[in-house]
Amino acid sequence: MSQDASLQDPPSLPPEFGAGPLARRNAAITEAPWVRYILIGFALLFLTGFLFLPLATVFVEAFRNGWRLYLAALIEPDALAAIRLTLLTAVIAVPLNLLFGLCAAWAIAKFQFRGKALLISLIDLPFSVSPVVAGLIYVLIFGAHGWFGSWLSDHDIKIIFSTPGIVLATIFVTFPFVARELIPLMQEQGTDYEQAALSLGASGWQTFWHVTLPNIRWGLLFGVLLCNSRAMGEFGAVSVVSGHIRGQTNTMPLHVEILYNEYQFSAAFAVASLLALLALVTLSLKSYLEWRHGDELAATRKH
Amino acid sequence: MDIHVRGIHKSFGGFKALSGVDLDIASGELIALLGPSGSGKTTLLRVIAGLEFPEQGQILFGDEDMAARPIRERRVGFVFQHYALFKHMTVLDNIAFGLRVRERGERPPEATIRARARELLDLVQLSGLEKRYPAQLSGGQRQRVALARALAIDPRLLLLDEPFGALDAKVRKDLRRWLRSLHEQTGYTTIFVTHDQEEALELADRVVIMNRGQIEQVGSTDEVYEKPASPFVFDFLGNTNVLPGEARGREVFIDGHDTPIVTDTIHPNGAVDIYVRPGDLRLADGGIPGFYADVRSTQRTGPIVRCEAQAVHSGQLIELEFPHLHHDAPRLQPGQRVYLRLNNFSIFPRGQGKPGAKPSDPTVLIGSERERGRLG
Repeated sequence: MSQDASLQDPPSLPPEFGAGPLARRNAAITEAPWVRYILIGFALLFLTGFLFLPLATVFVEAFRNGWRLYLAALIEPDALAAIRLTLLTAVIAVPLNLLFGLCAAWAIAKFQFRGKALLISLIDLPFSVSPVVAGLIYVLIFGAHGWFGSWLSDHDIKIIFSTPGIVLATIFVTFPFVARELIPLMQEQGTDYEQAALSLGASGWQTFWHVTLPNIRWGLLFGVLLCNSRAMGEFGAVSVVSGHIRGQTNTMPLHVEILYNEYQFSAAFAVASLLALLALVTLSLKSYLEWRHGDELAATRKH
Repeated sequence: MDIHVRGIHKSFGGFKALSGVDLDIASGELIALLGPSGSGKTTLLRVIAGLEFPEQGQILFGDEDMAARPIRERRVGFVFQHYALFKHMTVLDNIAFGLRVRERGERPPEATIRARARELLDLVQLSGLEKRYPAQLSGGQRQRVALARALAIDPRLLLLDEPFGALDAKVRKDLRRWLRSLHEQTGYTTIFVTHDQEEALELADRVVIMNRGQIEQVGSTDEVYEKPASPFVFDFLGNTNVLPGEARGREVFIDGHDTPIVTDTIHPNGAVDIYVRPGDLRLADGGIPGFYADVRSTQRTGPIVRCEAQAVHSGQLIELEFPHLHHDAPRLQPGQRVYLRLNNFSIFPRGQGKPGAKPSDPTVLIGSERERGRLG
């Protein structure tokens, strides 16, 4: 957050300090006023055009035809099914990725082993691979013509075009969030705390519960927040494996797309406003955590 | 608890951190592991603690070999260099941690735990701070909390890794004295690691001097200082001047001078290095053993006058130190030729190398082909 400070005006000083050493020092590290105003103006214009305006549009469009239609769009059975499926997916994917992220970060930060660098880059894979490709991977493996397709259909197990596929794709896309948050944090903390606890006679579980977890709790919460918001908002990968069956395999983002394609703009924006709201809540929680526990969060912000 | 370290080998990748270390520690002793960085002192401490496992060798606690046992089964109190206090726990909870994590059957009742923690807080002179968090304490206070936490489990052995490394000079001195008296009061067998020779010599009953994964010498403060077993030990414990010389029987000649130093023991004939500290060189007239040097510069730092001189025959630069009130001090003027006698010195056969440059061969040391002399 410290970068932001340099964008702001220098703090206003009482007149007697105007020509003092502090003022001179500030002058040395800031640009001329017109440069600053142009930069700030440009940044504001950009944010307005690309962020605030679209966000406002979502809510304006959602309420264009009044409260009744807004509510009706949300409690309509297909919309409810989409909300339910989205929540279900998040409820499964987030805890699993929490567990995976913890294990991976623990292994990487606290132990030395062969292939560590490879594991770290593999964790980043979902960030670099297009979500569509991620979805296709599962279609290739579990789809009707995929590797396990015939075996699965023999045993009457449905993965692609059904909930398990959606959950799998979501897990794949969101698994780096918790791990990426925890690895730098745990690496920085080192192993002294754990070793101290062990030397005092604590078991591995006691050490994890009483020492490691409290040390990383805010970072963990931060990672879970990001993971959750992506899990609920994921479109590409889920779209490939879902099959878009209304009331069954549509998540909220997919439902928005269908409504939009059917020219039901009001309803589309109503559901979209829920997603936008979720994003706003996540953002404020995230900012609160950064403000309140910034020192305990990973030093390298990358999301 | 008496501790015996037998033939410990430990390497990290290709780096041999410990190669064949043997050490016996009597119950109740306060031992310092002293050496430059990379000498293996911290590794030895961690091997004794159970934080590292040796490839070879035994760690005996009494008669019991602990080399393969994890740290939580060894009941050692380990104080980390940066204390590793649990940040989210109060001082009291930190100290009580070791008692609270015991299994149900062995865990004392909560009231006893709190009483014991208060008692320890009293022992480290921090009563009244039980509700503070580590972040609210000074460095010295944190250090003492870490010590109290380690003592809470009634350890068989107390291990401290650079206990004063992160503190400023004044606090460090006070804590050193305090730790010494605490040790006398509690009597725990204690091993601590330091690279500060003054700290080691002041605090410890015996000092273990390490270099390149091996023990160079074990001895009391006086022994290691007065009878260094190797050029490395001599050099490590203070500033050193090395003079080339030659041994013939009991007599040792400084190169270029024909008045021999007569010593107590017979040396094998041949080239030797004579090691002498800057403070052990004094001005003299010719006729007694010594050597000529030209004064090049003098500089006073506080109560000490330091002087750089060049030996006339060998051309080597020599360092001298005098108290500034010493009657010789005014005679040290740049450009002046002086005759220097050796107050105190050690003689090692040439070829044991520049001190610290390579590990000295232990077989040579056991043969005691060094000599200790005293003149004047």
